[in-house]
Amino acid sequence: MVQFTLPKNSKITQGKTWPRPAGAKRTTEFRVYRWNSEDGRNPRMDIYFVDRDDCAPMVLDALIWIKNNIDATLTFRRSCREGVCGSCSMNIDGTNTLACTKGMDEIKGPVRVYPLPHMQVVKDLVPDMTNFYTQYASIQPWLKTETPTPEKEWKQSHEDREKLDGLYECILCACCSTSCPSYWWNSERYLGPAVLLQAYRWLIDSRDEATGERLDQLEDPFRLYRCHTILNCAKACPKGLNPAKAIAEIKKVMVARQL
Amino acid sequence: MRTSLGRVRGLGSARSGTREFWVQRLTAIASVPLLLALVILVIALAGRSHASVIATLGQPAIGILLLASIVAVIVHMHIGMQIIIEDYVPSEGMKVTLLMTNTFFSFCVGLVAVFAILRICLGL
Repeated sequence: MVQFTLPKNSKITQGKTWPRPAGAKRTTEFRVYRWNSEDGRNPRMDIYFVDRDDCAPMVLDALIWIKNNIDATLTFRRSCREGVCGSCSMNIDGTNTLACTKGMDEIKGPVRVYPLPHMQVVKDLVPDMTNFYTQYASIQPWLKTETPTPEKEWKQSHEDREKLDGLYECILCACCSTSCPSYWWNSERYLGPAVLLQAYRWLIDSRDEATGERLDQLEDPFRLYRCHTILNCAKACPKGLNPAKAIAEIKKVMVARQL
Repeated sequence: MRTSLGRVRGLGSARSGTREFWVQRLTAIASVPLLLALVILVIALAGRSHASVIATLGQPAIGILLLASIVAVIVHMHIGMQIIIEDYVPSEGMKVTLLMTNTFFSFCVGLVAVFAILRICLGL
């Protein structure tokens, strides 16, 4: 059966409470998931206090502030710090989102930060994304054509280009896939919302000539049909996209080519 | 030792699932009027004598309604339970056993119900 409880060595214990920054007037409490493969200990929640008068407003700012001022061993991914790269996706205050676009003031009480759920942890807030990225690669996310490439460009009408809106903006942060219970239980076979949204982005592209083969590859009880429209994906997406709708569109196309 | 892409591609696409998806929706839509009619029928029959109920159920239109409801609901139930088993039971042996049990159970329940209705309708 599906494992609903954490294995023994993944049970979270109480961690270290780091001292409040000296002289800070306004602080925000952070409870951050810590784990590394080297010390042989269970994961733990460390408590930090962030000096709000010395720190910018986003959760990512606070994590960087903690790393610079309190604990240099705290490990997380980040790059663009403005919601474009998708590196700093993590579970903040119970929801998967980007640390760089989540304001500390949006959260009541202590800010709880965990890595993305149901992923193998590499260290602290860094999950192993190998399977996710490989699933993305498996849908061959590039333009596939047999017609010889035109001299200048593949043309597309304005209307056809508009069909890619709401799809091309995906930054592959995996907030949606790792919020999906179906993906938690069957991530080795179910492609998950992010990859299916990307798959639809290529299915609907008027310039692509491999629509049929793409559909063949997706038509599978696990790869596609594990989606039960739970809609956590649409709720979690920090870019405001709707992967569930994209998946529903794929199912519609699947039916359309049979009727 | 397998590569990540080898694992993800696995045994390839099963090229199926769309039929179940379509039939599940078809039976769901069919069940709406059928079950509504069934509820009205049950309310209408409440408190009536055994002989009078048998006489009503024996009418061709009512018998066909009951048969159609049974087929729609059993097919819907079978696919629904199959999806739940596929979702939550990752071990292959257990999964196959449960999928077989699900099919046998649905078939038996359906058969018993259809037999009972036919018996009443045809006066066997």
